[in-house]
Amino acid sequence: MSTAVALRESYDLAVIGAGPAGLAAAAKAARLGVDTVLLDEQSSPGGQIYRAITETPLRDRSILGADYWRGADLTASIGDSGVQYVANASVWSVSRECEIGVSIGNVARIIRARRAILATGAMERPFPIPGWTLPGVMTAGAAQILLKSSGLVARNRVVLAGTGPLLWLIAAQYLRAGAEIAALLDTTPRENWREALPHLPAFLASSYFRKGLGLLREVRVRVPVIRDVQSLRAIGDDRVREVAYRTRDGAERRMPVDHLFLHQGVAPNINLANSIGCGHSWSETQLCFVPVVDEWGESTVEGIAISGDGAGIGGAEAAAQRGFLAGLDAACRLGRIDRTRRDREATANRQALRRAERGRAFLDLLYRPRISDRIPEGATLACRCEEVTAQQISDTVALGCTGPNQMKSFLRCGMGPCQGRLCGLTVTELIARARGVSPGEVGYYRLRPPIKPITLEELAGLPKTDAAVKAVVRG
Amino acid sequence: MLSIDGEPVTASQTDSVAAALLASGRVSCRTTAVSGAARAPYCMMGVCFDCLVTIDGEGNRQACLVRVREGMRVETQQGKREAGR
Repeated sequence: MSTAVALRESYDLAVIGAGPAGLAAAAKAARLGVDTVLLDEQSSPGGQIYRAITETPLRDRSILGADYWRGADLTASIGDSGVQYVANASVWSVSRECEIGVSIGNVARIIRARRAILATGAMERPFPIPGWTLPGVMTAGAAQILLKSSGLVARNRVVLAGTGPLLWLIAAQYLRAGAEIAALLDTTPRENWREALPHLPAFLASSYFRKGLGLLREVRVRVPVIRDVQSLRAIGDDRVREVAYRTRDGAERRMPVDHLFLHQGVAPNINLANSIGCGHSWSETQLCFVPVVDEWGESTVEGIAISGDGAGIGGAEAAAQRGFLAGLDAACRLGRIDRTRRDREATANRQALRRAERGRAFLDLLYRPRISDRIPEGATLACRCEEVTAQQISDTVALGCTGPNQMKSFLRCGMGPCQGRLCGLTVTELIARARGVSPGEVGYYRLRPPIKPITLEELAGLPKTDAAVKAVVRG
Repeated sequence: MLSIDGEPVTASQTDSVAAALLASGRVSCRTTAVSGAARAPYCMMGVCFDCLVTIDGEGNRQACLVRVREGMRVETQQGKREAGR
């Protein structure tokens, strides 16, 4: 279905986002008799992790690997579940009463649901280094999306820089697709090992260990890996030309580069939950704001649940299990199953969730990005859209501006087209450091709908009642 | 077949406009309204809004979220958006 007109006025349940959590939640609820609509911004289901799984031009399954193709069952499961799946649907507003503003192909609609499950997933953590806005610099996730969706790899000198399991996975996938990587600049702080070590036994017992070891070996034999990298800079004019960095000896080295792919982990994409007014708290381990949810994913706003990585980073398998749990709970709260059945059916999902979460604490601590890679200084841009520098933000704190919302009035940071998505964490951490308080105390931008830009034409085109028209039309 | 700034460009069916733009060898897709600096697609997943282009006459579309279509006219954006587009 591809038109807004085909949407009904109301549903029992609206699931937003068709990644692992959204697919699992929608399929589970629909199979239990819940009238479910699944709204997704992309052209095909799978989210970012299983991006383009139903249509990728990469026929050789070994390139993206078995973990990617495991998503095929999940995407197929919505087919006969009774879910109304809607692609290219941009959700720009959800009210506390579950009125959902959505646009498809430039036509806007407001639909109603009795409950909503937000499965908005994760986004890559900002990596605000000097020159990160230069053409030729993109996130490693973006490079992976181009590979999955279009079978594209970058030519000439490709350098990957950063930290985290995904960086190594993308490097391996790139190599398998026949691309060359000039270097991998590993910014993992060596001192992280001390914090991570107590969690090593659980990690060794997890599936992450074997997979991770395999990826490290696969990349290391073919790519020069430079460790303890700090002070990364992208240098260029109308595009990136060089990458500069320091290692432990303190000397700066430079390397010519045509494509620089940055990555330092992922964080929940909380824009929609934040705009609804769901409670969030700062996670010192994952260095991000995480929605406050119960064991089923129910948020602090009645009727709104949040599932998958959007409710805290746990990876694809954990996201699917949390999706199943949210789907079961929705079916229960909507009266399709009783609590006894919900709890009984949830047992297997909870076991699988525990298994999927094993080893995660080790990864979180080992790949915790260095403070100087998260909190920029001087002329480095914190807000890409409004081109606000780190120095401007620190100086404005010194003037007495204590929070991100006030910062908008002073500097317009967070008020450009991305609506704070890419500077939110950076601005909070910058203010927190300048004030000497925790990011949790500083808080995050207060986001308001529409959380995606829509045209006035779309708003004006919303179906209206006769009474509403008469209220404003003269004569 | 679509056009980017008037030049014909071929693309694959599953390409987003941003993917087609990069595959055609273009380095950037717009200049910013604030300083006029060149920008290119950065996140490819709808988050960063750096890939804004004009598609079939409509400005500020996220190129990474729009599929290519036969006959589509894509224009890179220079500086501030023009009134009425």
